[in-house]
Amino acid sequence: MSVETVNLMIDGRAVQAVPGTNLIEAARLAGIEIPHFCYHPQLPIAGNCRMCLVEVGLPQLGPDRKPVLAADGRPRVNFGPKLTIACNTTVSEGMVVLTRTPRVIKARRGVMEFLLINHPLDCPICDQAGECRLQELAVDYGQGCSRFVEEKEHKPKHVVLNAKVTLDDERCVLCSRCVRFMREVAGQDCLGFVKRGSRSTLTCYPGQEPNTNYDLNIVDLCPVGALTSTDFRFRQRVWFLKETRSLCPHCATGCNTLIGSREDVVYRQTPRDNPAVNQCWLCDFGRLNYKFIGDPARLTTPLIGGAGVEWPAAIAHVAERLAAIRTAGGQIAGIGSARATTEELFLFAKLCQGLDSTLLDSVPRSGAADKLLLDTDRNPNMRGAQLTGVASGTPGSRLAEIAAGIARGEIKALLVLGEDVTAAGIGADLLAKLELLVVLAILPGATTQAAHVVLPGAAFAEKGGTFVNAKGRMQQFHPAVAAPGAARAEWQVLSGLLAAVAKDGKKPSPESPSLGTVFATMAAEIPALAGWTLESIGEQGRNL
Amino acid sequence: MKVRRPKLTFLDRLYLPQILAGMWTTLKHMPRKKFTRQYPEEKFKLLGKYRGAPTLVRNQDGQVKCVSCQLCEFVCPPKAIRVIPGQRDAGAPAEARIEKEPADFIIDMTRCIYCGQCEEVCPEQAIFLKKDFAVTGYKRAELQFHKDKLLELGGVHEDPICKWKKK
Ligand code: SF4
Ligand code: SF4
Ligand code: SF4
Ligand code: SF4
Ligand code: FES
Repeated sequence: MSVETVNLMIDGRAVQAVPGTNLIEAARLAGIEIPHFCYHPQLPIAGNCRMCLVEVGLPQLGPDRKPVLAADGRPRVNFGPKLTIACNTTVSEGMVVLTRTPRVIKARRGVMEFLLINHPLDCPICDQAGECRLQELAVDYGQGCSRFVEEKEHKPKHVVLNAKVTLDDERCVLCSRCVRFMREVAGQDCLGFVKRGSRSTLTCYPGQEPNTNYDLNIVDLCPVGALTSTDFRFRQRVWFLKETRSLCPHCATGCNTLIGSREDVVYRQTPRDNPAVNQCWLCDFGRLNYKFIGDPARLTTPLIGGAGVEWPAAIAHVAERLAAIRTAGGQIAGIGSARATTEELFLFAKLCQGLDSTLLDSVPRSGAADKLLLDTDRNPNMRGAQLTGVASGTPGSRLAEIAAGIARGEIKALLVLGEDVTAAGIGADLLAKLELLVVLAILPGATTQAAHVVLPGAAFAEKGGTFVNAKGRMQQFHPAVAAPGAARAEWQVLSGLLAAVAKDGKKPSPESPSLGTVFATMAAEIPALAGWTLESIGEQGRNL
Repeated sequence: MKVRRPKLTFLDRLYLPQILAGMWTTLKHMPRKKFTRQYPEEKFKLLGKYRGAPTLVRNQDGQVKCVSCQLCEFVCPPKAIRVIPGQRDAGAPAEARIEKEPADFIIDMTRCIYCGQCEEVCPEQAIFLKKDFAVTGYKRAELQFHKDKLLELGGVHEDPICKWKKK
């Protein structure tokens, strides 16, 4: 495993780095931060902001290509007459880098002064304030007051770049990250600079507004508040947001996200780095698809025949009815959802097995994929459904069988976990034939309308759990906000149901199990997960 | 521990000398200058830097100065402020380029401690502590001062720079 490395010194610390590493990354290895605006690890290097200037020295080599030693026995190092940009300098053997000398500090102060000359005093109304690189570096290298007495350059403000992104040109520091992202990653070469010098202005080519599924990533990339998300614009200051590690539940890629919430309201989703899944990107489809969480129509109380009841009554009622139907010889079928977490699917499968139900399936959901992240499978956890046995063979292949069973009157009870089955071939006429329809859902729909018992569940941001993505990587997410009213995470409801149905003389323990216990039970029963715990999955996921 | 009672003399037990001494102190004060103030009929004379209830102000053009940056909400020690940020409508005149304005601004006067942190932190000089110190009401809801009420109390504050106008 010998990866070839070179040795260099950064601020007196010895660093070993792979050849080709640039100095910003090498310094990061040594725990030293080199301030920068235009450099981004996932984008081609532009080297135009000049914020990352450092002093670089190389060992003097003799005619024999060996370092020349000074009198004290150390290699003699020659420093260049000028500072060098760290982002576009790669490491080499014996290199000496100084990042905190007075010359470097002076250069940084100079760059900051130039950047701030024409910068507007917009921080009070700028959505980036609080997570702005310019603000942060102005604290470190700014001057406090300006020497500039001339009129500031004025540029277009609140330009609507497209429906998703709003641009404020005065705040732009001309780093070109957005230009490079749109060209190299999103694949639409539409942004660029016009005019020169301090009048340089970011625009998009006329009639060519960004229209990819990744436009909002330029908002994350922009180190300042020039590009802002129209959806998040002016809605909340970032310092109030609580960030929770989560996953995008809208396709099988399973992009890692951070949910920004305040007082049980979700305000935004941003990407979270995961080199094995989404690097640091997130598609707009998933990012903006969170509004259903705060929908005022959300189900908030358990309903029996449309009337609100308490949880214990609802659970007892379902268990009783299921037992009655089984005694009368009726069949029970279950339709799960690949939008549910692996734990929930496991409990759901276990519940159905306990009821001698072999008819179990989940609803497939697909859409067009794109080149970068979005998967054709729009279910986040189809692999989890297969793992737990809720879906077997081709997902959805048994739905017709279930529909036929209901039509023949053999299936008397149907358990539905988080799906609107009327859209999956089991229409309201069929549902009307059932003696018992139990639906766990978060929003009302045609299926909950027809249901005898409705159990309100929690949206992904309101519970913890795991998803297995299309590549077989199990990842976990955490609750960010509280579920509305009496709604509860499905895994808690299913644990309760399972205990009530299994009632073998023993009283179900009053304490509901924790997610960790549910996971442990699952890991013990599914061979592919033998020995796994939630901790062993970590925050970056683990491959099956 | 055992507390030993002092042995009282006859005079002590008579009780009268103590009563008379007390009376004398009271009588001594009767002709002197009175310190008691007949509040609320008689109000305090407030000193120049007295801090009372916070209010919002408009500039000379009638523009609400607050841009809902929410710094005061962040800094307020008893969490008395709640700003609901909003956007100024697109059809607004050019001087209204601030773009941002509070949709609502609520100060809970049952919580406010008149500390003045909000005035101190405001980057727009939009919130000022006035002299009102007796904010009363029959219901808690009456003491939730909303944007309109706060602006009415605050009045106009001359803005020599009007930085948003120059955008
Ligand atoms: S980009 Fe940064 S420095 Fe500029 S106004 Fe916005 S928060 Fe302030
Ligand atoms: S808009 Fe932002 S990302 Fe684009 S060049 Fe300007 S500062 Fe850089
Ligand atoms: S005066 Fe102090 S307590 Fe009252 S609103 Fe301002 S910051 Fe809050
Ligand atoms: S009063 Fe001042 S500090 Fe408070 S939100 Fe308005 S502008 Fe910001
Ligand atoms: S980060 Fe090196 S020049 Fe911008």
